[in-house]
Amino acid sequence: MLDFSPDELTAVRLSLRVALVAVAASLPLAIATAWLLARRRFPGVALLEGLVHLPLTLPPVVTGYLLLRLFGHNGVVGAFLERHLGLVFAFRWTGAALAAAVMGFPLLVRAIRLAIEQVDRRLEEAAATLGAAPPLVFATVTLPLAASGIVSGAVLAFARSMGEFGATITFVSNIPGETQTLATAIYLFTQVPGGDAAALRLAGLSIALSVAALVLSEWLDRRGRRKVTGR
Amino acid sequence: MTLAVTVTHRFGDFALDASFASPGGLTALFGASGAGKTSLLRIVAGLVRPASGRVEVDGTVLLDTARRLCLPAHRRGVGYVFQEPRLLPHLSVRHNLGYGRWFSRRGGDPGEFGRVVELLDIGRLLERRPAALSGGEAQRVAIGRALLARPRLLLMDEPLASIDEPRKAEIIPYIERLRDGSRVPIVYVSHALDEIVRLATTLVVLEHGRVAAAGDLATVLGRVDLPILARRADAGVVLDVEVAAHEPRWQLTVLRCQAGLLHVPAIEAAAGSRRRIWVRARDVSLALSAPADSSILNQLPAQVVRLAASDGASVDVQLDCSGATLLARVTRLSAERLALRPGLAVQALVKGIAFERAE
Repeated sequence: MLDFSPDELTAVRLSLRVALVAVAASLPLAIATAWLLARRRFPGVALLEGLVHLPLTLPPVVTGYLLLRLFGHNGVVGAFLERHLGLVFAFRWTGAALAAAVMGFPLLVRAIRLAIEQVDRRLEEAAATLGAAPPLVFATVTLPLAASGIVSGAVLAFARSMGEFGATITFVSNIPGETQTLATAIYLFTQVPGGDAAALRLAGLSIALSVAALVLSEWLDRRGRRKVTGR
Repeated sequence: MTLAVTVTHRFGDFALDASFASPGGLTALFGASGAGKTSLLRIVAGLVRPASGRVEVDGTVLLDTARRLCLPAHRRGVGYVFQEPRLLPHLSVRHNLGYGRWFSRRGGDPGEFGRVVELLDIGRLLERRPAALSGGEAQRVAIGRALLARPRLLLMDEPLASIDEPRKAEIIPYIERLRDGSRVPIVYVSHALDEIVRLATTLVVLEHGRVAAAGDLATVLGRVDLPILARRADAGVVLDVEVAAHEPRWQLTVLRCQAGLLHVPAIEAAAGSRRRIWVRARDVSLALSAPADSSILNQLPAQVVRLAASDGASVDVQLDCSGATLLARVTRLSAERLALRPGLAVQALVKGIAFERAE
């Protein structure tokens, strides 16, 4: 049951890499966005919020299609990045990571925003009266106190990225060894005769990873709340 | 060591329109809750930007809306001890104390950390987390943290409000040492008169967002036209006195002050040392002539300055005792029988005296 074929192992490894890169690359932007939404009042806040949450409600196939139009070889952004940075997304694992990052972004921002909102603003005020400029207040008070929540959100987004399917398959297709992730591989195995055993194996692995991520995320969250209240 | 604050600002339907100056020392902001004390502190600290105003400490202008100058909180060098300690929960006491020092640009003094730790008696707490501290300990650490940031001005917003009575008694001496030992002017918000009598050198009374009175503590406390002071059960004045002599035979000590000589039960203080005493209005009675057959030792010639408006049972009378202000609380009936009026010469009979602090 648990003897994975080389192709299956490749898909698992690729999924891990895609999910890791997706979360790591989107984390700074997610922290900045979450901080804006949690701490700043500015015109257009509703627009930003809507934009961030759009991938949650949009059909994933639409997100994938939009990514293809924007980041494909002939897309505005894709062509620019390819010419100037040599960065190619279309039909590459990097594209899968981009799709996973976009789809996981709302989850990530939401978790981080909640973590930042839980940080007592009165502590930030106290830090300011002690001479800390706003970026230093963020780095020495807000960030450390929100750290557990941020990591917990990142773990969730990582699990979400592992299972990304619709946007990925639309944007970068399902190329073994390049863009075939756990989810797209399972889909493929369900479409071919005799693929049931492999699909079941990968599905089992998928479930195990998701449960582990949820447990880890919950544990981190609790630990974080203990740290903020100091108990 | 001077401080000048002028501020106008609106919070919803509450208007703050306050102005005061202080020669330094400990300036108490006194007033009922909602009088605007905390708002005023937050503006001085730079946590709130007022509609208009000016804040100057020792010749350094921190805020001047007329010149479009408003330093952000982190560049004001104004220490703030909040009602609650607000220690950073993820840092040890040592790192909390060091937090402000880290940003201070005004030259470090390596011995200062040890001195402040000793002053506040927090040496054995250094490696603890804030969650493991009692309320009094945490507030002492908060005071130390504010001091170690080397502020040019220290704001204290009811630092004892969240602390029970025995702990208060524990912290007050530290604040006294702070006032007397450091050159940092302090603005201290409180609505506890006993704290103010003990700690303040200058008193600013706030009422509904306006300054009702400001000046030297003894002068302001002696005014009967300030409802917030006059109607209190513990209304009274402070007098700075010198220990004149001890009378061991009677177990009495004689104090000399501007108002005259006062006898009190023997205290342990060297002749010539200075003390501050608190004479409550309810402990002072009045007579038209010096009664020769009274058991009351302390009789001071005085002149009535004014009577507080009153329609209750008692009335507060402001007295001038050879230049010092005293308050007497007598019944309205007595006031009428004695025909008390401004300018009348009377005898103030002082029944009780409380000691507030050593000078």
